[in-house]
Order: sequence, then C-alpha cells, then structure tokens
Amino acid sequence: MNFFPDETGRMSQFDQSITDALIEQQSSIQAAWLATLEESGAVRGVRADELKKQTADFLKLFSEGVVESGGDYWGANGWAGTREFLEALSHSRALQGLDAQQTATFVFSLKRPLFDLLQRETSVPPASLVTQITLVSELLDMMGLHTVRTFQKARESVIKRQQEELLELSTPVVKLWDGVLALPMIGTLDSQRTQVVMESLLQRIVDTGSDIAIIDITGVPTVDTLVAQHLLKTVTAIRLMGADCIISGVRPQIAQTIVHLGLDLEGIVTKANLADAFALALRRSGLTVTKAS
Amino acid sequence: MNIKDQGTRPIVTEQDIVLARQACRKLAQDCGLRLVAQTKLVTAVSELARNMLVYGGGGDLHWEILEDGLRKGIRIIFHDEGPGIADLQLAMTDGWTSGNGLGLGLTGAKRLVNEFDIETAPGQGTRISITQWS
Repeated sequence: MNFFPDETGRMSQFDQSITDALIEQQSSIQAAWLATLEESGAVRGVRADELKKQTADFLKLFSEGVVESGGDYWGANGWAGTREFLEALSHSRALQGLDAQQTATFVFSLKRPLFDLLQRETSVPPASLVTQITLVSELLDMMGLHTVRTFQKARESVIKRQQEELLELSTPVVKLWDGVLALPMIGTLDSQRTQVVMESLLQRIVDTGSDIAIIDITGVPTVDTLVAQHLLKTVTAIRLMGADCIISGVRPQIAQTIVHLGLDLEGIVTKANLADAFALALRRSGLTVTKAS
Repeated sequence: MNIKDQGTRPIVTEQDIVLARQACRKLAQDCGLRLVAQTKLVTAVSELARNMLVYGGGGDLHWEILEDGLRKGIRIIFHDEGPGIADLQLAMTDGWTSGNGLGLGLTGAKRLVNEFDIETAPGQGTRISITQWS
C-alpha cells in the first residue's frame, strides 16, 4: 500500500508543526470531537465518562501513531496500538447493540476537528496543506473501515453462535408416554434443518421402540407443498418402521390452505392440537385416563 | 385503482424465500387481510418464490399495495429470466412436475389467491402476478 508517494518516491509525511500541534492541542481537539459526536447522535447509549476516556485514549494513540510512523500508511507498525484499540472498541459497540454506522462515526467524526486544526496551523504552506488534509482524510478512512470490518466480524460471530444454538434447540424429540414420542416442529421446515429433525425422530423411534410418533406443526407458520412433501415422506418412513404417525397442530387457516393447494393427506391421521393427538395415542395403546376418586 | 406503496426484493437463495414470506405476511397484515387470506397468500408466495428459484434460477419479487374504493389488496409479481415454460397447459395440470415436487405448486397457488396471471414463453422467462383482496 503506497498512498501518496511524492516525487522522490517516499511516503507523504505529516508536517512537523502539525505533529506538534496534534500533541499540544489534544484537549481542545477532544472537546471539538466530543461535540461532533454528540451532534451526530452516534454515541447514544454510551456513558459520557466512558466516551471521554475512549476519545482521550484514541487521540493519545493517534498522535503516538503519527509520531512513530510519521504519517506512514495504516498498515505500519506504528499503528498497531490504534488498531488494537479500534478492535476493542468495535467489539464493545457490537455488544452494546450499536450499529455499524454509529460505530464508524466514532472515527469519522474526528475529521472535522483535525481539518480545523490543519487550517489553524498557518505555518504550513498552502500547497502542502492539501497533501496534509488528504493524508489525514485517507488515514481516518482506513481507520473507519477497519472499525467497520471488525464490527462486522464481531456481529457475524454472534450470529453464527446463535445459529448453532438454534440448530440444537430445533430437534427436541420428547417422550410423552411409554411408546409415544412427540416432535414439536418450530419455524421454517424447508431447509436443511428438516432433514436433521426427521433423522433424529426416526432414530429415537428405534432407540425407544415407540409405536406412535406425534409430529406437532403448531409452530410452523406456513405449510406449502414442500413442507407437505417432507411430512408425507416422514410419515411413510415412520410406517415402514412399523410405527404410526399422527400430525397435530393443524390450525383452521392451515387446513383451508391445504384444501386449496390440493394436497392429499388422506390416510394420515391429523388432529387440531397436541392434546387430542395424545389422547388418541393413549387410546390406541389401550390406555384410558380417569379421574382419581 | 391506486397503488399506495410498492417495493422489490430479489429471490436468489433459499433464505430469501423465508424472508419474502415474512415480509409478505407483514404486508398482508398491514393491508387488513384476514388470517385465512393472509395464510393463503403467504403459502402462494412460498410456492411461487420457490418455483422461481428452482426452475427459473432466481428472480425478483415485486409487491404493490392496492386500493380500490373501499377494499385494499396486495399484488405480488414474480419475474425471472429463466428458461420459461414450454407447455403452459401441462404445467397448469395438478400433479404434473418437471422436477421432483408434488406438482401442486403452480395450480395450488392459483387456487389460493383471488387473481392469478401468468405470462411465459420458452427462453423468455416467466412473469406471474397474484392478487389477494381484503
């Protein structure tokens, strides 16, 4: 990465007077920065003292980075501390539930205070000023992008963890009675998940030697032809294993939709709710429930 | 008949079908469709969006909120640039499928909504429009 090589091929560097000003005027830059942040509304939910510390820490690291790298490109060693700081910041912002824009604004809102600082430094010749401004702008852009990238990674890891948790949650085959299993299906049925769920049901039938399996579709919002196909295949497989299957949780709107779709569920025992299905399963097993007198 | 609001969303992955269903359910609720009409519409969307993905190689779902006097409705247009349907009459037969589904998606979707319109030709892609009124 070679951003602004001058005629001699070297990187553009910060003017010495700018570097000095950056260190001397840290507190006034911070004040201006905090005002910009407040105005942008990007720091809602972040405590004021926490924000003050973050801005101060960042400015300290920033000026150190400028001194060490001489304004060299973002990948240089001099910026390692700043990078680490921004990564930690992204993580905490992601956990606090702030969005990517709000997180990136933390860095981008520093532009104005720094540009103002450059303008105040009259000792810098105008021709060089443009280079300096470009340099600051480019540097802050890279920092902003780095922040967003880290933020995104943090969010992705959260989503990945949730997906894994969901997959585990989604296959609870429960034993209702000796020989009676129930599978409460929840959510979308037309993905890879269905396969996992159905396999675990078939396996549990073998393991427990159950005669009746109840598939409850109360938690399935849409029953279309693909879902029906999955259900039909599962019922057939369960029957091939010598067990019986009842489908429960067929709500009125689902029943009407199935009729209009033209799905043929004849030969499959269906019930409106799990309680009815369970009662039927008990009856079939020759059991009756009576009130204890 | 006025179009009050509209939007487009791409259908290119299986996940998009799930999201499209959720979005359409929300639109149908906002439109004041009753639960049965909502469920029918969402199921039709699920069928047609999947057809578009599986047979048309993906495409766009365009939705419109309609207002016609006192009644409100929702129109959804599925448009893909896929191979199109060669024999529409055959495709609109219950139980016929060129893939390995149940062969009820297209005909079923037609029965689920108030209005159904299909334009297709081999090599020209397919455009299906469905409308459900409150």
